[in-house]
Amino acid sequence: MIEFFQDITQQTFLRYALLTGVLASVSCGIIGTYVVTRRITSVAGAIAHSILGGMGIARYCQVICGWEWFHPLIGAVIAALISAFVIALVRLKARQREDTIIGAVWAIGMAIGVLFIFKTPGYSDDLMSYLFGSILMVTPDELWMMAGLDILVVAFGLLFYNKFLAVCFDEEFALLRGLRVDFYHILLLCLTALTVVLLVTVVGIIMVIALLTLPAAAAAPFSRKLWHMMALSTLFTVLFTASGLALSYGPDLPPGATTIVIAGAVYIIVVAASRIRAKVAA
Amino acid sequence: MDREKAIGEKPVIEIENVSFAYDGALALEQVNFTVYERDFLSIVGPNAGGKTTLLKLILGLLQPRQGNIRVFGTSPEKARSRIGYMPQRTTLDPLFPVSVMDVVLMGRLGHGTRLGFYSRVDRLKAREALQRVEMDDFRNRPFSSLSGGQSQRVLIARALAVEPAMLLLDEPTANVDVAVENEFYELLKKLNDTMTIVLVTHDLGFASHYVTHVACVNRKLLAHPTCEISGEMINALYGSQVHMIRHDEIQGREDRHD
Repeated sequence: MIEFFQDITQQTFLRYALLTGVLASVSCGIIGTYVVTRRITSVAGAIAHSILGGMGIARYCQVICGWEWFHPLIGAVIAALISAFVIALVRLKARQREDTIIGAVWAIGMAIGVLFIFKTPGYSDDLMSYLFGSILMVTPDELWMMAGLDILVVAFGLLFYNKFLAVCFDEEFALLRGLRVDFYHILLLCLTALTVVLLVTVVGIIMVIALLTLPAAAAAPFSRKLWHMMALSTLFTVLFTASGLALSYGPDLPPGATTIVIAGAVYIIVVAASRIRAKVAA
Repeated sequence: MDREKAIGEKPVIEIENVSFAYDGALALEQVNFTVYERDFLSIVGPNAGGKTTLLKLILGLLQPRQGNIRVFGTSPEKARSRIGYMPQRTTLDPLFPVSVMDVVLMGRLGHGTRLGFYSRVDRLKAREALQRVEMDDFRNRPFSSLSGGQSQRVLIARALAVEPAMLLLDEPTANVDVAVENEFYELLKKLNDTMTIVLVTHDLGFASHYVTHVACVNRKLLAHPTCEISGEMINALYGSQVHMIRHDEIQGREDRHD
């Protein structure tokens, strides 16, 4: 921990890492709140895992075909949006089959990713960084891309706040009020997809779902309004990613996993405390 | 409906020969009835008897397999904007972080701008709706902190914020105690002075105190809307184990509507 604070003034990669965490936290707090209240955690999980396909194909094209512009983050964005659309369309056409398609998208995306990465030199390093995050290796280019995504997600997430709130709270009533509920559902899944891409760099594909849901779930008991929950879970996510970085740096632990363990611990403490408080009050 | 149409009474809901099936299982069969302006209709019947299905057909959330439904003389989809709908409370997440005011403001969606920011007028109308159900003092409270009766009032306020010509309520008094239920029906009776009310309930006894008409649904519409609830009708609906509790008010109801 002390090493972290000593080095952060000298090492740019640490400052980039910290900035990445802060950027991702804003989207994460806003969209994570929607994901938790609308109960689409498994959809977010499927989107997160499916982007390995996009990242794998992009990396393959970079290394084998020499398409330098095809950054794995671009592949991730494309794959995430495709997955979001597929899941949204199946829900619109055949609601009862949603969980099946969630499982399918989840596994097929990963399988495609593994195949392409296996055929790309540098296989195990790439795979590990996609699966478990690469926050210490963020480049300035990636930071700019993430900042762009972040602005997009936050703008849409806040601009349509009242509509998303209505759809998350009572979809049927929103529909009866003339809201295009299907449109907002697809929009929300797309924003979730972009947020997932942002978080992949921080904690990796496998643990995205935890960072998307745990801060929001930990914020919920303290929140009287939806935007309270967004603000608080953004703050939580900043704290989790920053402390994950700081605590993992000295003992050379993986920062992504450290972040998730901290988030999980705080979540469990909050849940236990609010249970005890409810019991005492009753 | 058999009731003679009085002069100047406008039909609000017209249902003709409507049948509906979920995946082949017939939920409603050849249903016919008409609801007129300022009627207070209670749709009663056993669970899974098709009450909620009927409500969803009226709202245009489901399409009839057969037959024709007109609401305010037009299609259910077009009529939605004039209906204040209150869903079953159990369909909502009891822990959702949302304030009472924000819930009621949802009734103003569709009036406002595209992006969905609420205007001063919207806030005013929401406050008015809260005042009508005597919940204005609770407007900044979390919705999750309310009692069953309170949250029902807030959901009514949300339906009123729509400025509807008709209220549609699905099991509004489920899981509240008798005192709250009576208070609730008194409120509805007041609202009935200015708007048509249709509610669905499995609880026939209490509804009969206040409503002007009762429709009994168990796949078929077993009884036409009428003021008289007979023991035979209840037996036909629920089986013989149900005992009718007589309310003297039922007789008095006759004069009110003619």
